[in-house]
Amino acid sequence: MLWNTVLLAFRSIRRNLVRSMLTVLGIVIGVAAVVTMVTLGNGATRSVSEQVASLGSNLLMVMPGQRLGPGRSSAGAPAFKIADVAAIEGQISSLKAVAPSTSTGVTLVHQARNWATSVTGSSQTYFGIGNWKLAAGRIFNDAEEKAGKAVCVIGETVRRELFGHENPIDARLRVKQFSCTVIGLLQSKGQSAMGSDQDNIVVMPLRTVQRRLTGNQDVGVLLVSLKDGGSSDKVQDQLVQLMRERRRIAENEEDNFNVLDTKQIAQTLSGTTRVMTMLLGAVAAVSLLVGGIGIMNIMLVSVTERTREIGLRLAIGALEHEVLLQFLVEAAVLSSLGGVAGLVIAAVASIGLARVIQVPWTFDPQINVLAFLFAAAIGVLFGSFPARRAARLDPIEALRHE
Amino acid sequence: MPSPLHSEASATASHVVTLEGVTRTYGSGPNAFRALKGVDLVIDEGEFVAIMGPSGSGKSTMMNILGCLDVPTSGTYRFRDVSVRTLDRNRRALLRRHFLGFVFQGSNLLARTSALENVELPLLYRGETVERRRAAARAALDAVGLAAWERHTAAELSGGQQQRVAIARAIVTRPALLLADEPTGNLDSERSQEIMDLLTALNRDQGISIAMVTHERDMAEYANRVVHLLDGRIAGMICPRETA
Repeated sequence: MLWNTVLLAFRSIRRNLVRSMLTVLGIVIGVAAVVTMVTLGNGATRSVSEQVASLGSNLLMVMPGQRLGPGRSSAGAPAFKIADVAAIEGQISSLKAVAPSTSTGVTLVHQARNWATSVTGSSQTYFGIGNWKLAAGRIFNDAEEKAGKAVCVIGETVRRELFGHENPIDARLRVKQFSCTVIGLLQSKGQSAMGSDQDNIVVMPLRTVQRRLTGNQDVGVLLVSLKDGGSSDKVQDQLVQLMRERRRIAENEEDNFNVLDTKQIAQTLSGTTRVMTMLLGAVAAVSLLVGGIGIMNIMLVSVTERTREIGLRLAIGALEHEVLLQFLVEAAVLSSLGGVAGLVIAAVASIGLARVIQVPWTFDPQINVLAFLFAAAIGVLFGSFPARRAARLDPIEALRHE
Repeated sequence: MPSPLHSEASATASHVVTLEGVTRTYGSGPNAFRALKGVDLVIDEGEFVAIMGPSGSGKSTMMNILGCLDVPTSGTYRFRDVSVRTLDRNRRALLRRHFLGFVFQGSNLLARTSALENVELPLLYRGETVERRRAAARAALDAVGLAAWERHTAAELSGGQQQRVAIARAIVTRPALLLADEPTGNLDSERSQEIMDLLTALNRDQGISIAMVTHERDMAEYANRVVHLLDGRIAGMICPRETA
């Protein structure tokens, strides 16, 4: 009987094809909107998560300056020295690596091309901490690091801008007054969670940068990477304690440095995108609800229009619940078809939009199934009022209806 | 529907319908309208009865009660051995489904649906298999002379043909009683004669009992017996073929 009812519903939908299509338009748009929004939001969340992973394992950044926030500045806070790195390495356990990092803006020149970027001076450990992998060449060795040799490792963006199709390895770059040999090329990491280009990077030995570019012994930032599973809070406390001692800060004075947990920042960011996804999904779900009201409207019209048909069905022996079921199934079939159409549109739209706004596209079966079931449920919910009205008709009155 | 209702209604009593002192009152109090004021009537198995009368005489009310679409206010209505007055809406629907066939003034065919599918409709509610539905519907269409038209929709058929499809739909379940409510009301005289010839043939050849409401004497004369209703009472009964 149920199968017959489904067949009857299909027949009745086919008989009024245009009206049926208009009826479910709201559902189609609603499902398409929900699924597209959530799919894109998931893509954005995933790209943030991937960048969290690309930051490497838990990484702490120590910077000079007072607590971040309005009215605070790094003025008056002394810079770090290379000795701080050794002190951290020596006194804090459960660290994977510590690296100094000093950056300064420069213009690189290679033959007729030039490229403005910033040069980072650091140690070999920098590459491990940042999860950098070599695409070609090598990183600098101990000797080069100690001697402050003019060698550099460049990122993909720098290679593209300066070398085009040339092989950059062993080529020479002019940096201000001196010339520097490219010894390595890093694998691309793409955009960071903040939207900056991580591949726009040039790394030299710290001493090279200090001597030839900044002209002092300062270290801008200390990068501290934790062992997997290490407690970030504990290490942070130890770091703060150690730096306060080393910088001779009195008990009642505030820190003149900051410790930032990059993973925490990234997690906050991905949390934000997830909340945005849910909000957008919720807004889209409202349109689904509106689509349900559309179904109810048209079903009511349909019941009125088919009063004689209903009267006839009742006269030849249809039971109340059979007529009810017929209209309910019709509403459910209609909204399910709308749901399927919405899913197809969502797939096409989200693939296209994901490409435009550059987030990865992934098929999320959960939201697809959920949106579909929601659409079907809305059909049944809003179809039940007109269906009940049809089932309760008096056959005599219904047959007399003009 | 294997219920007491079924076995009682299936029992081969000699009367299909027995009405005793049936009244039907609409509304209550001073505004009450008494459409039937005590009707006694027996319809035998295999009989063709015409119910005649001017408008307002209670024809339609009578038809609705005979068709189990409505129940008497007082009196008894037995369909075979089932007392209809105490049956609820759904049990009356089941009675209609299994034992009654309806032909109305308009054919009431489903739009944009083939003649065959229209005729199958009552069997659908009986839960018959597709094969048996098809076979029975084809046989019924053949009986009304429209075997060649099964794929046509209502809009593609003439008024007379539509009414024939409606008759096929009414007899496809082999009902114990066929109720015809002004079946020729929308047709010209030639078409009307064809429909009446068809009904007479079905009554004669297949032994289907028929109760027909009409206000046209010509049509009533096809019946074995004509019951005259006037002002909610039976005013007289004649048997046209015996008097002829």
